[in-house]
Amino acid sequence: MSKIKVDCCGETCPIPLIETRKAIRKASLGDIIEVRGTHQASKKEIPMAVKALGLKLVDTKEEGGEWTITIQK
Amino acid sequence: MAEKLTIVVHSGDMDKIYSTLIIANGALSMGMEASLFFTFWGLQRLQRESLEKGPLSKMHMLGIGKSMIKQRMNKANVSSLERLMHDFKELGGKIIACDMTMEIMGIKKEDLREDLITEYGAVGTYIQEARESTINLFI
Repeated sequence: MSKIKVDCCGETCPIPLIETRKAIRKASLGDIIEVRGTHQASKKEIPMAVKALGLKLVDTKEEGGEWTITIQK
Repeated sequence: MAEKLTIVVHSGDMDKIYSTLIIANGALSMGMEASLFFTFWGLQRLQRESLEKGPLSKMHMLGIGKSMIKQRMNKANVSSLERLMHDFKELGGKIIACDMTMEIMGIKKEDLREDLITEYGAVGTYIQEARESTINLFI
């Protein structure tokens, strides 16, 4: 089980969503994917995608306008 | 079978190609399949070196409006159509080129970016895609 980090800071719609999906596709079952970003709508939408894909949303946190979403495949 | 999005890409306008690729990538990212049917002016954007070349649908003003919008998009860090197209293909998106448009406009396969095109087809191909889609748009 490995940890994959995706940095989407400064990126806008739809890049954070796309990069998250790409990372999920490349991950193996059980892997942890950690996405960081600053685009506010994506903070709400990535969890929607995680749910639609039937994956586990491990954690969501935000500090100073930068959010981190942790997903498990 | 995953849910599917199908879009008829009739317009070749730059802003509408953005709408198309953003929506299509969104669908793929959220676990759907996506098929784009490029026809008429839309198909011209699949010619070599043409993806970014469409006019703005409003206020194009001989290219002045377009370059202003482009500047603002760069400032907002909006990605290029080329990158969105690359992501669309990487996430498994499908592209269908309308063969009747090719005939009408005298476009040959070798004029098109064949690496992007999944298949060539007519209305029947589009209907088969659309009938099993939960989202179907005409842009």
